[in-house]
Amino acid sequence: MQREGSAFQGLGVVMLKELSDHLTSVRMRVLEWLVVLVALAALYGAIQQIKDTTAEDPFLFLRLFTTSRDPLPSFVSFLSFLVPLMAIGLGFDAVNGEYNRRTLSRILAQPIYRDALLFGKFFAGLMTLSISLVCLWLLVIGLGLLLIGIPPSAEEIARSFVFLLVTIVYAGVWLALALLFSILFRSAATAALVTLGIWLLITFIWPVLAGAIAQIVVPPDPRYMALGLQTPGTAELEHVLARFSPSTLFAEVVVAMLDPTTRALGPIYLSQLQGAVLGAPLPLGSSILIAWPQMVGMIATAMILFVIGYVVFQRQEVRA
Amino acid sequence: MSEDTVIEARGLTKTYGSAVAVDNISFNVGRGEIFGLLGPNGAGKTTTILMLLGLTDISGGEVSVLGFNPAREPLSVKRRVGYLPDTVGFYDGLSAADNLRYTARLIGFRLAEREKRIADALERVGLAEHAEQRVATFSRGMRQRLGLAEILMKGAQIAILDEPTSGLDPHATMELLGIIRGFKAEGVSVLLSSHLLERVQSVCDRVALFSAGKIALMGSVSELGRQVLGGGYVVDIEADGAGLAERLALIPGVSGVDKTGVGKLRLHADRDVRPEAAAEVVAMQGRLKFLGVQEPSLEAIYTRYFEARPDAMTEGARHAA
Repeated sequence: MQREGSAFQGLGVVMLKELSDHLTSVRMRVLEWLVVLVALAALYGAIQQIKDTTAEDPFLFLRLFTTSRDPLPSFVSFLSFLVPLMAIGLGFDAVNGEYNRRTLSRILAQPIYRDALLFGKFFAGLMTLSISLVCLWLLVIGLGLLLIGIPPSAEEIARSFVFLLVTIVYAGVWLALALLFSILFRSAATAALVTLGIWLLITFIWPVLAGAIAQIVVPPDPRYMALGLQTPGTAELEHVLARFSPSTLFAEVVVAMLDPTTRALGPIYLSQLQGAVLGAPLPLGSSILIAWPQMVGMIATAMILFVIGYVVFQRQEVRA
Repeated sequence: MSEDTVIEARGLTKTYGSAVAVDNISFNVGRGEIFGLLGPNGAGKTTTILMLLGLTDISGGEVSVLGFNPAREPLSVKRRVGYLPDTVGFYDGLSAADNLRYTARLIGFRLAEREKRIADALERVGLAEHAEQRVATFSRGMRQRLGLAEILMKGAQIAILDEPTSGLDPHATMELLGIIRGFKAEGVSVLLSSHLLERVQSVCDRVALFSAGKIALMGSVSELGRQVLGGGYVVDIEADGAGLAERLALIPGVSGVDKTGVGKLRLHADRDVRPEAAAEVVAMQGRLKFLGVQEPSLEAIYTRYFEARPDAMTEGARHAA
C-alpha cells in the first residue's frame, strides 16, 4: 500500500516560491530592520563596555556577544528575545493563510503531495531565518573588527559559528511551533496569539514556575538554608523542569559556547571540581560536549513539533 | 472500464464518524461528456469531487479516474485532471501569469513549454491583456476564468469544476459556460457541480441529482423530465378556428386538451405532436400564431421530485412506474 512517486516532488518549487514571498514581504523587512537596529544598539553598548574595562582577555571577541552595558541587554539576550519573534512572524500563517486565500485545494490538486507543501514552507522559513542570522553574524564580526581592531582567533570564530548554528536551530524550534499552530487553527490571528502566548509562558513564566514547583515537590532542607545554600535536590529538580523550555536550553548552549570557562551547566559538587584550574578556558570540543545534550534537545523539540504538525496536516480535510 | 469511460465510481461512500456524507453512489462519465452533479449545499457533491481527486480518503467503494485509483495513484490522477475549487483563490500579490507559472512549475513543465502554454491558456479565456496584472485587482468572474486557464494550461483530460458559476453575474456566467462548452469541443470531459439548476441545464449532457449523499436521479435532462414530470410532452398552440380543441383531441397520442386563454390551447401528449397539430390547424384553414413544445426544466424536475417526497429514496419506484 505504498504511494506512487516521491513525497518530495515539487518541494523545491514550493520552497523557492515561499522563500521569494518571505524575502519580499513587508513583514520580513520590518522584522529585519528591527533585528538589525536592536543588534547594533546592543553591539554599541558592548563595544563601549569592552573599551572601558577589559585589559587582557584571550576571548575578547566573544565578549562582543555577551557583554552588556546598562540599560541595554547584551546582543545574545536581544537575540534570544527576537529570534522567536521572527520565527513566529514567519510561520504563524503558513498553512491557514493558504486556507484563507482559498489556494490550498487548488495547489494540492496539482501533482504534489502535502509533504512537499509542508516541508517547503518549513525549509523556506528556516532558510529566510538563516539568511538573516548569517547576515547579522557577519555584521557583528565586521563591526567588531572595525571598532575593536583586534582580529578574532580561529577558536573565537569557530565558537561564534557554532553559536550561529545553534541560534538557527533555536529559530527552527519556534518556526515549527508556529507552523503547528498555523495547521491547528484556521484563523491566523488565533494562531499568532496562541504561539506568542506559549512563547511568553515558556520564556518568561516557566523559569519562575520551575523554581516554585521544585520547592513544592522537594522542600528545601533547612540545614542548607542556614548555610545560605540551595538544597541539591531542589536545585536539580528546578534545572530539570527549566530545561523543558527551549529558551533555557538555548541560554545554556550560549553560555557554554561563548564563555569558554564554563565547565558545567547546572549544579555541581565541590568534589567534582577537584583538580580543575578554575577560570581556565576549555577547548572548543569540550565546550560542545558540555552543551551537546541541550543542542540535541532543541533539534529533537523542533522535529517533534514538526512531526505533530505533519500528522495533523495529512489528516486534515482540504475543503474550506 | 470501457474505452470511452473516464470516471467510474462504484458504491462510493464517505463517512465522517457516524455521519454519512456520500452514501453508496455509482456513476460513469464518458469521454467528452459534460456531467453535472446537482443538488443543494451539503448534499455531498464537493466530497465526491475530493474523493475523485484523492484529496480526501474514500470510506468505501471503488473509483477509477482514467484507469487510476485516486487513493493509491494520486499523482497520476492529479497530473491529468484539472480542478477548479468552489470560490477559487489565487495569490493576490502575484500577477495572473505568475500564479499560473507557479502551478506550471509544480506540474513540472519546462520553461519554454510553460510560457507557451500560459500565453495560450490566458488567450483562450480572454485574460491575455491582464496577464501581468496582480490578481488582487481581478473580479470574481476573472478569477474563475483564471482558474479555467489553469486547467487549460495543464492540458487536462478531465476538468472538475465545483460551483463554477456561483456568485457570477449573468454575463460572466455566459462567458464561463462558453469556455466550458469549448472543453467539450476538444474532447475534454467535464464534471461540474452546482446548485444553480437553470444555469447548468444548458451545458450538461447528463446530470445526477444529489440528495442527502445519494444520487436520487441520473440521466439527461429530457429523460429526467419524462420520468419525474409524469411523462409526456406539453405542446402549446395558439390558433383560431371553431372546434379546434375537439379535432386536436382526436390526434393519436394526445391525452388531453386544456384551454389556457382566448385562442390558446395546451395539449398533453405522449410524444411530440407538433406536426400533426399544425396539419390540423391548416386543414381547418385556421391561422396558426404559435406552436411550441415545453422543454422540461431542471428546476421543475428538481422541485417536483423533492417536494413530492420528503423521503425521496424509498419511493423511487412510484415515479419510475
